[in-house]
Amino acid sequence: MISKTIDKYLVDLAEIHRFVMRFFREVFVGPFEFKEIIRQCYEIGVKSLPLISLTGFIIGIVFTKQSRPSLADFGAQAMLPALIAIAVIRALAPLVTALIAAGKVGSQIGAELGSMKVSEQIEAMEVSGTNPFKFLVVSRVVATSIMIPVLVFYTAFVALMGAQMNIAQNEATTITVFFTEVFDAITFRDVFSSLIKSFVFGFTIGIVGCFQGYTSSKGTEGVGRAANWAVVMSMFLIFIEELLIVQILQLIPQ
Amino acid sequence: MKKVKEFIKYDEPVITIRDLYKSFGDLHILRGVDLDLYQGENLVVLGRSGTGKSVLIKIIVGLLQADSGMVEVLGHSLRDISIKDLQALRLKVGFSFQSSALYDSMTVRENLEFPLVRVNRNLTRKEINTAVTTVLEAVDLLQSIDQMPSELSGGQRKRIGIARTLILRPEIMLYDEPTAGLDPITCIEINKLINEVQDRFETSSIIITHDLACAKSVGDRIVMLLDGTFERQGNFDDIFDTDDPRVKPFRDYNFIE
Repeated sequence: MISKTIDKYLVDLAEIHRFVMRFFREVFVGPFEFKEIIRQCYEIGVKSLPLISLTGFIIGIVFTKQSRPSLADFGAQAMLPALIAIAVIRALAPLVTALIAAGKVGSQIGAELGSMKVSEQIEAMEVSGTNPFKFLVVSRVVATSIMIPVLVFYTAFVALMGAQMNIAQNEATTITVFFTEVFDAITFRDVFSSLIKSFVFGFTIGIVGCFQGYTSSKGTEGVGRAANWAVVMSMFLIFIEELLIVQILQLIPQ
Repeated sequence: MKKVKEFIKYDEPVITIRDLYKSFGDLHILRGVDLDLYQGENLVVLGRSGTGKSVLIKIIVGLLQADSGMVEVLGHSLRDISIKDLQALRLKVGFSFQSSALYDSMTVRENLEFPLVRVNRNLTRKEINTAVTTVLEAVDLLQSIDQMPSELSGGQRKRIGIARTLILRPEIMLYDEPTAGLDPITCIEINKLINEVQDRFETSSIIITHDLACAKSVGDRIVMLLDGTFERQGNFDDIFDTDDPRVKPFRDYNFIE
């Protein structure tokens, strides 16, 4: 029993490895599906904007409100913009955006490819001389890798606007002063680490969603499982990657 | 008695299968299958559900791999064929799926254009439109060009599925259960279409079915898959001229006179 479980785990691991390697083999080789990549960027990026905007804005307000009392104990409310800027850029924006995208985009990719597999659409592409991996997988993974970083910086901006609104109400700080303090606090390293993280998160969401959908077993149950596992696995990996990237980036001297 | 078609070349096989075996775990599906498909011929493969009919044609297009045996399509052996050569070979073999397998996020036009523009990226818009119109006229569904697959009936979906394979002008057509789930009138229309495709596009075809009306209508030759091999073959009357309990119920159930 245990041996069978371990065997299955190792087989799954080998399959994931093959899938990821195939992506890297095919991503740089033409013909390129530019039209499909742009369509996927629109699906992933533009259609996530309402959800991301609302979440980002609320995070900005809530984080500001909850940080104020702690800083007020030391009479340091003036540090609020800097604190929020660092927290949002370094950690909150990448993590929150990636988790929301894992739920929205990851499940969508898993379900879409899973149902295409079940209804033989992927096989139909294969027998008509088309490379379904390139059209379906490469285009989606490239799109998530491009769009998640864009969404992360958009979330950061919206969160900062939420924070600014709250600070303007309570501390009467102008928008100019607020953003001057924000940009004084953040460094190139913060932005760079955020960019690296969001790129890795985007790749993870895309490749996990595609893997689950593309390799889903037949039947409607398989489609549901693909969508579900795309979210669970992506979220789990995002936290692990967050931990690893923070550790690695801290090793680089200032 | 079905009229013998003179354009069928019984000395020129386009598909040759010898001693083909395929198992899934302990389930031995194909056990030493031998088969020839001749140029211009409509060959019907009859058999009960789960006997490996669909497995056989999926092996022919390389979607499944045989455990052992020889499969030769248009002179190319599928054993050790490179992915590039297999892709090139697949362009000459049209596959009509049982479920039609239309891309449900695309319109009929986009479904038809999809394989065409990927196979030949230098086509002009005018050439693409002409190709799309030609195959839609062939399946008599030009009016559905801008519809989504979800707006089509089962029979229309089958027709568009066939049109999508025809657009690449294949030499061989493989039909997987072309009349499954359709009403008798639509079945007759699909059978007629299969015969028209044979005449107009000069294709050689394998038609997988357990619908005897379809077999009788489209088959120039019929083979019956029994216990993993083709034990019976010939024309419609030859096949059912037996008291074999594995064969007789087919005819009795379908009430074919």
